[in-house]
Amino acid sequence: MRIRYFAWLKQRVGLAEEELDPPPEVTTVGRLKAWLGERHPRFAEACAAPGVVRAAVDQEFADDDRPLRGAREVAFFPPVTGG
Amino acid sequence: MTVRVVEGRFDPATELAAFARGRSDVGAVASFTGLVRDEHGGEPVLAMTLEHYPGMTERQLARIEAEARARWPLLDVLVIHRVGRMLPGEPIVLVATASAHRAAALEACAFLIDWLKTKAPFWKLEETPAGARWVEARASDDAAAARWER
Repeated sequence: MRIRYFAWLKQRVGLAEEELDPPPEVTTVGRLKAWLGERHPRFAEACAAPGVVRAAVDQEFADDDRPLRGAREVAFFPPVTGG
Repeated sequence: MTVRVVEGRFDPATELAAFARGRSDVGAVASFTGLVRDEHGGEPVLAMTLEHYPGMTERQLARIEAEARARWPLLDVLVIHRVGRMLPGEPIVLVATASAHRAAALEACAFLIDWLKTKAPFWKLEETPAGARWVEARASDDAAAARWER
């Protein structure tokens, strides 16, 4: 599974993307956040504040309860600020 | 229908001159241009860098455009959003709508920029004399987008 980080999350984690194989119990976006937080303490810190870390599964916005079954790419980013 | 994410500078006047040109069924063209300001929260802004999520950004913009076309009788739509580093005074985004009558063009234009600001994955990084800082999302933008929810 390809994990991507954008904006200041990319700077906090120190990576734009990584290829990972999460264990079977990581079945949802929320569980993936927790699992990634163990690898990247600053990601865990960011996730501790509600609403700050948003996600997309295969380029579709996704909530924490979104299942990961079949997902190829999961992205994490702060609220968008374009326009 | 045109949605473009561009890296270089673009000229809104040139784009608008070409938009809906040669069509005699268009009675109204509305547009919004967003520019880089040289100040934010009382601090000078020297430059701005727009990051995006290639692929998802274009998909979201196309989806927002389709929603606008479903809600209003639009004859043409143009959305151009720049990414990369830009300077104060330079355009960031252009939204244009064409319709037979003004109400549809004006409302759809406002809808498009309101939803773009909250639903398209772009992020702004400002360069200030004190260093670079990521722009925080504003509750007023969420409120502006929410007024179009059904």
